[in-house]
Amino acid sequence: MQKIKTSAKCAAARVRSLAVRVPAWALLCSLAAVMLLTGALRGEAGIQLAKAIRVCLECIGIG
Amino acid sequence: MKNKKSNRRPLRLIVQLLWAVITNSYLTGFFQGKIYQGNLKNICVPGLNCSSCPGAVGSCPIGSIQAVLSGRKYKLALYAGGFVLMFGALVGRLVCGWLCPFGLVQEIMHLLPPKKKLKTFRGDRQLRWLKFAVLFVLVVLLTLISHEPMFCKWLCPAGTLEAGIPLVALNEQLQSLVGGLYIHKVVILVLLLVLSVFIYRPFCRYLCPLGAIYSLLNPLSLYRYSINKHSCVNCGACTRACPMACSPVENPNSMECIRCGKCVDVCPTDSIKTGFVLRPSPADTSDENTAQEN
Repeated sequence: MQKIKTSAKCAAARVRSLAVRVPAWALLCSLAAVMLLTGALRGEAGIQLAKAIRVCLECIGIG
Repeated sequence: MKNKKSNRRPLRLIVQLLWAVITNSYLTGFFQGKIYQGNLKNICVPGLNCSSCPGAVGSCPIGSIQAVLSGRKYKLALYAGGFVLMFGALVGRLVCGWLCPFGLVQEIMHLLPPKKKLKTFRGDRQLRWLKFAVLFVLVVLLTLISHEPMFCKWLCPAGTLEAGIPLVALNEQLQSLVGGLYIHKVVILVLLLVLSVFIYRPFCRYLCPLGAIYSLLNPLSLYRYSINKHSCVNCGACTRACPMACSPVENPNSMECIRCGKCVDVCPTDSIKTGFVLRPSPADTSDENTAQEN
């Protein structure tokens, strides 16, 4: 009886967890895609590239 | 009981080395003291790999976030942030364990003697919150205020190791500019490398802002661990084996778990499963613990 109760408790908790995790994961992926697209469209990729193709003096401890 | 002993360590080491070589494959840079200037740097690599490393063919995500924030145009780094969010949603801190070159360097240092290592200590748990402070204060707040990449400038040991030391060694012009900041960064790097001999991945545990972001996404990522509580005998082997001092039985998707797989290797009953799973099988009963931090 105790084992059945524990299993039921586990199953309920699992369903609760999935109810949160699956939509949260879908939301995260959508957010990542929207961020990537918006960032690219407003020119952040260019800013990133401009920084990355020059030696960053701060990064190497000079500037 | 498990009849075949699995060992992910050689595979992980191969992946770590291969990834470090692939993402730093501009070999000409190492001979000429120059950096790659091609379009591949539009893309962020998942781990902490300095864009100014002579071999780097991709951009560092933290460096890219700061490049946008330090400019006066935008207050949000959507593009690089999107990359980090995407990697985190897919694999979480698997990036730290398998794809970060600076994590690999720390692991190699940890192989050095003495054999007796410090697994955890008083204040270890509290210190782990420091990486969130580094993320919010150095990477975001101070970068926005000062318009300089403050994490890269004052703390990043990966930049010193991968870019600072090789570029300064190869470039006489840069040698003449070496001053207090360079010494400060070299001291931080040396301290962290020495600490790595005794503590497993101290930078990842306490200071890495990229690890902080991935740790927030670890409980939600598609790649996850689950425990079959029906076959688990609670022997504690996984907890003892975990180099990050996590307890996989209590929380298989802890924020601190870097997915190294040591717990999977040592489990005598094969109760720890890993994989890309959105909905775990009914037998994997302890997956509901993922929302809690251990």
